[in-house]
Amino acid sequence: MQKMILLGDEAIAQGAIDAGLSGIYAYPGTPSTEITEYIIASKEAKNNGIVANWTANEKTAVETALGMSYAGKRAMACMKHVGLNVAADPFINSAVTGINGGLIVVSADDPSMHSSQNEQDSRFYGKFALLPILEPSNQQEAYDMVHYGFDLSEKYQIPVLFRITTRLAHSRSGIERKAKRAQNEMTLPGDLKQFVLLPAIARRRYKGLLGLQPQLENESENSGWNQYTDGPDKSLGIIAAGLAYNYLLENFPEGNIPYPVLKIGQYPLPRLWVEKIANECETLLVLEEGMPVIEEMLKGYLGNCLNIKGRLDGTLPRDGELNPNLVAVALGGKMIRGEEVPSLVVPRPPSLCAGCPHTDSYLALNEAMKVYGKGRVFSDIGCYTLAALPPLEAINSCVDMGASITMAKGAADAGLVPAVAVIGDSTFTHSGITGLLDAVISKSPITILILDNSTTGMTGGQPSAATGRIAEICKGIGVEEEHIRILKPLRKNHDENVKIIAEELAYPGVSVVIPTRECVQTLNRRMREKFKNKKTE
Amino acid sequence: MIIMKNDIILAGVGGQGILSIAAIIGTAAVSRGLYVKQSEVHGMSQRGGDVQSHLRLSSRPIASDLIPTGAADMIISVEPLEALRYLPWLKKEGWIITNTKPFVNIPNYPPLEEVLATIASKPHHVMIDADEIATEIGSARSANMVILGASTICLDLPFEELEQAIRSVFGKKGEEIVHTNLSALRAGRDFALQQKNQA
Repeated sequence: MQKMILLGDEAIAQGAIDAGLSGIYAYPGTPSTEITEYIIASKEAKNNGIVANWTANEKTAVETALGMSYAGKRAMACMKHVGLNVAADPFINSAVTGINGGLIVVSADDPSMHSSQNEQDSRFYGKFALLPILEPSNQQEAYDMVHYGFDLSEKYQIPVLFRITTRLAHSRSGIERKAKRAQNEMTLPGDLKQFVLLPAIARRRYKGLLGLQPQLENESENSGWNQYTDGPDKSLGIIAAGLAYNYLLENFPEGNIPYPVLKIGQYPLPRLWVEKIANECETLLVLEEGMPVIEEMLKGYLGNCLNIKGRLDGTLPRDGELNPNLVAVALGGKMIRGEEVPSLVVPRPPSLCAGCPHTDSYLALNEAMKVYGKGRVFSDIGCYTLAALPPLEAINSCVDMGASITMAKGAADAGLVPAVAVIGDSTFTHSGITGLLDAVISKSPITILILDNSTTGMTGGQPSAATGRIAEICKGIGVEEEHIRILKPLRKNHDENVKIIAEELAYPGVSVVIPTRECVQTLNRRMREKFKNKKTE
Repeated sequence: MIIMKNDIILAGVGGQGILSIAAIIGTAAVSRGLYVKQSEVHGMSQRGGDVQSHLRLSSRPIASDLIPTGAADMIISVEPLEALRYLPWLKKEGWIITNTKPFVNIPNYPPLEEVLATIASKPHHVMIDADEIATEIGSARSANMVILGASTICLDLPFEELEQAIRSVFGKKGEEIVHTNLSALRAGRDFALQQKNQA
């Protein structure tokens, strides 16, 4: 069969289609978005009746996937690493309920923070939940591991965490497909109390999960995703996880690595192999993308039993993603670089698009805020976060999805009045609605700008859950109707918009301003489609 | 066996079409039975920021998705300032193939003549006003294909294979688009050959 050239994300998606997936649920987040996008666009998935939905947030995604698993079918939930924080509640508890149909949760980590606010390592969550983790090192493994992951999930009746990082998610390579297997039939769980986590049931199920751990270790030792390759020089043993294994190979193009190497692709760690390499080698070098998860486990708190090199002793940087050069230096080689970047090369930071509605919203807000001074605007996650940078410099926070509204409330409680929140429409439905309810109940003197561009812009224009319904939602939550103001962010409306925002800033209760204008990217795309369709008519 | 290996840094500004270049080189390489890995930038930086793609072709399996610094055979850039941003990746005898037309979306863009002089001071370079050539052949939007055409003088892929890749990648968009992109590819190659011969 001709190889397919796929992104790591797309390989996971195709792997899931071929492994008998019935439903995928996700909230967009770089670098995980393309998994679900691929299945939504796939005719094959559509013909097979696979349900592919963007959900309100990652928590609802995991819960919906768990519901599909309850009904016996294979399900997947996908998110970026910080999305797993949002979904942590159902994720951790799903380890205790267990599953019926196979369940895989994909979390895409972003070391070096290319598009994120931190570089947390999802493997901690796998360990925390006592669940197996799969970590592919390349696109083919990403494809193959989905099939294996569903098998593993159904064999032990637990969810499986699938961890990838940016460079695999967004790198293309050739994939060979496997034979396709059918979806599961719908079946109820054998025990109808399995998913009822009342303490008495949860205690029993938790003991069961703990009891599984030796078997999961055994799987890790025998599945083939963890591989021990012997080498004659025992002065060093190398443990390389996921993508880091590629950077190791890159340094030995002829494949002649003189040291024993333990490649890790599945957790819990394969105890047998770890013991073998630790016993046989004088020093261990741990190469892992993200945080020093394996290194800390092996080192222990006192760090006095083994000689271990890695991110903790400075052999490798403590933060940021790895690359072939850093691994070369860790192996005792030199840092090879071409010429340095000439001094005239200045940074080119991302910026809001020409014609972006957010720019007009912020210009109006900045002017209305002049009388109060700087430092009062809490914001959120999306394209509009770029307003922290020049030339707008309009916002003072970006923490997590929805935090703008709640932080503004807290600051107002402390006496910062007026406090302003700026949040996008999709972020509002993801996690802003509950915070707004808090503010309404306390009658907090805050003004919330919900920038409604009718899409989830930053991740490429996925549909936004509340398009056309933002004002109704606010009204339903209890915001007074006369303090819900809709405006059109255009340069020509500037003076009027400033006036509206100023009026609401002066109101000592909850007010919501909704600047409403479609994202220029989705608008352009829509117009091109329309033009194309007209032409072919 | 002779080992074929091309490690390419593609550079530009978000939205300039470097991924189309990557798709065509990648398609041509796969048709030749080569291994391909191509790392892309998605997400925040796409909004008018600098973007790059690491494209690796080889007759042997490729390990790393990233090209090590000091190892790239060429930098193909659709914007002159961006061509210089990735010099640490370029090996000593490596080539720079770049557009000379600047994309100015920052207030402190350095003087263009200094940018171009810096590129010209490197031993192996092709500098081409791809936007002008694309406009001349009647398709301002195919500047990226002009750059790709210019790069073919260093790529270890037959020119016909790239033409074929353009047909397969753009085929769905109609014969007219295939034709303009092919013209752009050829115009870029002819310009680069001429510049090389003059040097």
